[in-house]
Amino acid sequence: MISITNALLFIVAAPFIGGLVAGIDRKITARMQGRVGPPLLQPFADVGKLFEKKQIVVTPSQHVYTLSYLVFIVASGALFFAGGDLLLVIFAFTLAHLFLVLGAYSSYSPYSFIGAERELIQIIAYEPMIILAAVGMYMVTKSFFVWEIMGSGLPIILYLPGVFLGFLMVLTIKLRKSPFDLSTSHHAHQEIVKGVTTDFSGPMLGRVEIAHWYENVFLLGFIYLFFAWNPLIAIVAIIVAYLLEILIDNTFSRGTWKFTLKSSWIIAGMMGLVNLGVLYYLSAVVPA
Amino acid sequence: MINNDKKPDFHPFEGESLITLPFLILFPAAIALILLLVPGDSWRRLVVQAGALIIGIASFYLLFITPGAGQEFFPVTVEWVTTLMFIAEMIIAVFLIYLGIKHRKYLAIFLVVAQAALLLFFESTGSHGAHVPDLFIDQLSLIMALIIGIIGSLICVYALGYMATFHQQHPDVKDRRRTFFFLVFIFLSSMFGLVFSNYLPWVFFFWELTTLCSFLLIGYSGTGEAINNSFLALNMNLLGGIAFAGALIYLAIISPGGNLLAISTLIQSGHAVALVPAVLIAFAGITKSALMPFSAWLVGAMVAPTPVSALLHSSTMVKAGVYIIVRLSPVMTGTMEGLIIALVGGFTFLLASAIAISQSNAKKVLAYSTIANLGLIVACAGVGTYKLVWAAIMLIIFHAIAKSLLFLCVGTVEHRIGSRDIEDMTGLIVRMPRIGVMMLVGIAGMFLAPFGMLISKWAAIEAFIDAPFGLLFVAILAFGGSITVFFWSKWMGKIISVCPVAELVENRISREKWIVLSLLTAMTVFVCLAFPVISSHLVEPFVLSVYGQTARLSQDNIIIMAMMLFLLMIMPFSLLWFRKEKNIVPPYMAGRPATPDLHFLGSMGVQRQVGLANYYLEDVFGERRLFMAGTALCFGLILLMGTLTAGVAL
Amino acid sequence: MTWLSKSPWILHYDASSCNGCDIEVLACLSPLYDVERFGIINTGNPKHADVLVITGGINEQNREVVRNLYAQMPDPKVVVAVGICASSGGVFRECYNVVGGIDCVIPVDVYVPGCAARPESIIDGIVKALSILEEKKKNGTQSSPAPGSGAGGAQ
Repeated sequence: MISITNALLFIVAAPFIGGLVAGIDRKITARMQGRVGPPLLQPFADVGKLFEKKQIVVTPSQHVYTLSYLVFIVASGALFFAGGDLLLVIFAFTLAHLFLVLGAYSSYSPYSFIGAERELIQIIAYEPMIILAAVGMYMVTKSFFVWEIMGSGLPIILYLPGVFLGFLMVLTIKLRKSPFDLSTSHHAHQEIVKGVTTDFSGPMLGRVEIAHWYENVFLLGFIYLFFAWNPLIAIVAIIVAYLLEILIDNTFSRGTWKFTLKSSWIIAGMMGLVNLGVLYYLSAVVPA
Repeated sequence: MINNDKKPDFHPFEGESLITLPFLILFPAAIALILLLVPGDSWRRLVVQAGALIIGIASFYLLFITPGAGQEFFPVTVEWVTTLMFIAEMIIAVFLIYLGIKHRKYLAIFLVVAQAALLLFFESTGSHGAHVPDLFIDQLSLIMALIIGIIGSLICVYALGYMATFHQQHPDVKDRRRTFFFLVFIFLSSMFGLVFSNYLPWVFFFWELTTLCSFLLIGYSGTGEAINNSFLALNMNLLGGIAFAGALIYLAIISPGGNLLAISTLIQSGHAVALVPAVLIAFAGITKSALMPFSAWLVGAMVAPTPVSALLHSSTMVKAGVYIIVRLSPVMTGTMEGLIIALVGGFTFLLASAIAISQSNAKKVLAYSTIANLGLIVACAGVGTYKLVWAAIMLIIFHAIAKSLLFLCVGTVEHRIGSRDIEDMTGLIVRMPRIGVMMLVGIAGMFLAPFGMLISKWAAIEAFIDAPFGLLFVAILAFGGSITVFFWSKWMGKIISVCPVAELVENRISREKWIVLSLLTAMTVFVCLAFPVISSHLVEPFVLSVYGQTARLSQDNIIIMAMMLFLLMIMPFSLLWFRKEKNIVPPYMAGRPATPDLHFLGSMGVQRQVGLANYYLEDVFGERRLFMAGTALCFGLILLMGTLTAGVAL
Repeated sequence: MTWLSKSPWILHYDASSCNGCDIEVLACLSPLYDVERFGIINTGNPKHADVLVITGGINEQNREVVRNLYAQMPDPKVVVAVGICASSGGVFRECYNVVGGIDCVIPVDVYVPGCAARPESIIDGIVKALSILEEKKKNGTQSSPAPGSGAGGAQ
């Protein structure tokens, strides 16, 4: 059933988990680079500081878009954890990102403008794969509802290994990791300054950062779905997947948009599609 | 999705549509004749407005008198009607030949002659008479009638103001507004005829009328480009018309009594008999709805004045094509031919969406988006499971409203800023706030989450998974759907970017334009709110009566989407809270000091102004490349279909 | 205690430095000094930054740029002039095109001397700046924009 409790739990706990994950991420990244790195709770200090800064804007409408971004990210994440329809979650998620893009467009800065365009390219790069992942889950469990997928007790990963690999690939885009951190980055890639977030500052940037935490928790939840039949394996899988993402992040430089688009469409999309094709064939030819 | 086999309830008003149906066909024609005679501007205004109002009310009235489910037939016993139509068709053929000779378009003459010959042959078989020609109405006809009657007549009203400005701004174009409005109303009349006719030769007559009207309207301005594009449209539609005529002859030959010449009996007569004519007519539908090998005519049609484009793209013409395919989809369900038609639609959806990315001309983007969505509708109808037909009809409804709104907005903007290029729409939200917001609503209606088009796409994804060869279509939808996000979002971005040099240019837009645009905007939001009702009262009964089962979205999802829509509508109000923001700084310019209108000192002391242009990704999504690929692919598929059908027919 | 001093984000601008100080500033990011230990990030964007780190002196070309960058940083903010050129103009002070140290266009909070300034002293200077940042937050000090540095700046 749709669980409001889970949704509320997500709304309350996700920023803490997301912030902590970001802290661990930075710490491990620093260690990989032979540095000590910031304190574990540094991301919380960063966001706390952003809310202490005075707000400056280019246009007041930026507020509307960034706030909507946060609201819809929270809403789509809450819908996911409540057990709602996976496709609806994905569409709500796209809607949320559209608001981030519009926020960047609303200021007339060349840097945020390029960031917005690149963010759109990222959206078209990852979205097909995420939809295919949802479709794959439906083909295995016969349901689009997250609560039914969770409760199916099936080792989904065994049916969808290709989809999972493809998903990991687009996860790199979603987590804003190199080589796919086209639109904005946590690293010192500065040729487009901060891309999408260039003209956000102070509390507004803080809200964007919190939304990003929510988003990451939602994405990790998505990984969980593949392993839902065994929570222990699922948690290990999430940790391994995230470590892998950090490793990739630290071993690549920022790629071009063509590289991002082609690799996520051709490699990830094909892995997903071939996987689904095999499933489709099996279910059509060998009735269960 | 759950199945519903609720029995329809009895409807008290049955029979009254006996008058309304012929009224809706004849009344616009009468208005058209009056408009041809009425000389002055103010009289024309009055007639058009009154006519549009009556047509709108009459089609709305249909909503109350249409039976809850199933079809209702109205035999027309007046015998000379069919003869009259035949004579009219011959006159049209002579007229087209005359125009063809005048403009030296010999291909068109050849096609007209071929079609007329087929028609003469059909008449000579003497299949008329056994079946009394009849009109009919069911939920699908009703939906189409509502779209034609309400959106079509709104566009007519809008055209009044538009054409006045058009002729002011283009003094070189001869003012033939009488003919223009005559054609527009004839167009509405023939569309009504098309959706109400059960008798195929009648459908064919109205089909040809829409071809003729669109041909003349596209060529309205009389420039070389307009004439060429109008003949392109004519040729492609005539090709479809020839296939349609072929279907009539086939039916006349296999059932000399003419029993199969009615859509209702044709659908029930099974694959063996009905498949060949259904495929031929579906081919005609593909040409009319401008799917891939024939998409060029719709793109070319944008040379016409914008209300014509709005009419062609939203409520008439192309919708006639998808209407007939949806109508015949039970015949094609589960057949190889149906699958091929669906594939043509699917590839058209994917490639036309991709081409739209590379376009900066707003009308061209809209044109490709129309082609893409029609492709999607045909993909749904071609595969034709009950869930997909549900999605197809939903797409028809939502697309008609949002697309007409967008075209009319673009037309208005074009007249105010003198350009239809998206790059010139920068900061529209500041320069034309109300139009800007309406455009945003229209664009959101085309692809965003709680709005109708997305709901239908979503339903289509779910339905395709369970359909034969569905995975292919799921992939097409997954990729095509996200491509759609790209070109709409960057357009939205252009509109909302708050550019520094913004001058309010929204004044001097006539009141009737405002009324039409506001109504369409309200309708875009309203159909989104009311879609469960539209589904349960209009779409589901039709799907149920044809397929015995129907699809609908689950209750939970409807509630969640209503909440999303609510959130989406209250978010802009947060601007009231943030409006007090005092610390406004200029956008980041890498530290270059810039003036408020964003001039900055470039290298060598040259003053430059910031100019931002969208990505068009020409080398990946370029029109020429993808258009070639799509044409070749879809042409191949259609040839394959033709071969298969010929195999069946022989 | 506020969050400010725990998360100082830096904007590094090279005014007319010989790149000596710049290399040292970047050295602070390297594993040896690793300023991220203190939560310091080099943002490259004035709208995200709390600390403006400038190397090199002011000349006619960058005068407006420095003003503009400073004006685009949200309050509270501090300025650290790194190296002797940034502090006073250094050996270039008398050049025909050099105006002087950073403080002739925007208020400077911390001067880090040296040619080039050592990474240790740069870090020390930034840590000093953090306490000033705290103080500014406490007092609610608003930067009074230098003339002509407001919206858009002057030509």
